[in-house]
Amino acid sequence: MRDTILFKYVLSLGDDALISAQRLAQWAYKAPFLEEDIALSNISLDLFGRANFLLEYAAELKGENTTADDLAFKRDERKFTNLLMCEHPNGNFADTIVCRFFLDAYDKLFFYTLSKSRDKQLASIAAKAIKETTYHYRHSSNWVIRLGDGTEGSHRKVQEAINNLWTFTGEFFKMTQTDIVMMKKKVGVDRKALKIEWDKTINDVCKEATLRIPENSFMTTGGREGIHTEHLGHLLSDMQYLQRAYPDATW
Amino acid sequence: MEDRKERAFQDKIDAELKIEPKDWMPEKYRRHLIRQISQHAHSEIIGMQPEGNWITRAPSLRAKMVLIAKVQDEAGHGLYLYSATETLGITRNELITQLQTGKAKYSNIFNYPTLTWADVGAIGWLVDGAAIVNQQSLRRTSYGPYSRAMIRICKEESFHHRQGYEIMSKMALGTTEQQEMAQDALDRWWWPSLMMFGPHDSDSAHTSNAMQWKIKRETNDDLRQVFVDRAVKQAELIGLTIPDSELKWNPKNKNYDFGKIDWNEFWEVVNGNGFCNKERINNHVKAHEEGKWVRDAAIAYTEKNKNGARA
Repeated sequence: MRDTILFKYVLSLGDDALISAQRLAQWAYKAPFLEEDIALSNISLDLFGRANFLLEYAAELKGENTTADDLAFKRDERKFTNLLMCEHPNGNFADTIVCRFFLDAYDKLFFYTLSKSRDKQLASIAAKAIKETTYHYRHSSNWVIRLGDGTEGSHRKVQEAINNLWTFTGEFFKMTQTDIVMMKKKVGVDRKALKIEWDKTINDVCKEATLRIPENSFMTTGGREGIHTEHLGHLLSDMQYLQRAYPDATW
Repeated sequence: MEDRKERAFQDKIDAELKIEPKDWMPEKYRRHLIRQISQHAHSEIIGMQPEGNWITRAPSLRAKMVLIAKVQDEAGHGLYLYSATETLGITRNELITQLQTGKAKYSNIFNYPTLTWADVGAIGWLVDGAAIVNQQSLRRTSYGPYSRAMIRICKEESFHHRQGYEIMSKMALGTTEQQEMAQDALDRWWWPSLMMFGPHDSDSAHTSNAMQWKIKRETNDDLRQVFVDRAVKQAELIGLTIPDSELKWNPKNKNYDFGKIDWNEFWEVVNGNGFCNKERINNHVKAHEEGKWVRDAAIAYTEKNKNGARA
């Protein structure tokens, strides 16, 4: 393998996109109305596209004829290093929107910084991601505001979603050994440094949406080390079924 | 007065001019169009389910992206067609209620289950293939908004047809298990695909007026024949066998003769006794009901913020 650390880094970003995309794809034909069905599939499609670029790059770094599909469909739970937020089950529409809102606000900052990476391939993938993420963020933040300041019921649901998902946000800013090495090489992003701006964004939107940020500061982490919630295994067993059941087939 | 209007209307149609939403039209023409276009819209929407059933299990990143894009296109087609129907003086909410209460129909084909990945291929190849034959003909339909929707939809449908055929060919040329899945899918989807064109013209309740008004441009049987002739060649090319022992080339007519369609099955499914009828509608109702609070919230938010009512 050419560069183990870079491989791990790119793979983790690929996993974030892949697992998020797979979750959003589960909304197909189940959204609250037709236009929203189209919007959610669109976002899912963008994220699959991003996953594809990143996993192709990771596969190239790994060598040994590895393909992006091998990385997506033939690894087990413990080998996936996505952030825990990405794998969280869709729940109701407010749960999905809040999950996306937290991630989109983070992605906006993350990919902006990554677009300045010394690694040209990562920089170009990031540049493309910024455009999409700007639209994704507009979609999710507008919904947080509409739901927060909509009806009593919608306010309650979106507040509950924020309370439940808050614990997975700490991980966004936790630097792993891989992050530190990549940051020092000016390839990766100082995620810790994104927190101030992210907090500000979240606070501003929540204020407009008449929502409260939870005071509970306990943060659940582990995704980047392959320690996941129990939900990931089920997502993978569904996603990987054909490739696992017929390992000799090409599709 | 009414007679004169009706004659002018028919003259316009005979001259191959399009009827537009603000033009005078006979009530029966309007009702026929509402029934037909909304049925078409509902088919797009319900058709998202059998394919959506495989999105999370699509076996490669590419297959997944193509399938999501396709299901998304169907939602888009549903949207244009609902809009085209709305030009005839009915709302999308009324149309959705008609679908959910069984007053409006959708294509029977979507009441069959998708059991293997090859079924996703079969739907693209056969079901979209049949839909294209029908829709290509409808590009020349007399009602302007419907005709324009068809022109747009046809472009995307040919991409769907190709992706379906690509899945089928990969599987038909793949491992033994994949070949079995491909043949099995063809066996199950072939006859229902032929039924998609509707009953024989002699038995169709809606054909005669529709032809005179040029809503329909070709008969069910003629369109079905075009489809069979195309599909037989495509099946041969990838080594699959059409499940019809009576299928043979007719040198005199220069097309394929084919066996009898089981119209009892067709009418059973139309009347609600298909494999997935209840489930398809229940899924639609469930998503609609679960989404109510979201739609209500969006309306409430818009109301509160109307005309800068709030700073």
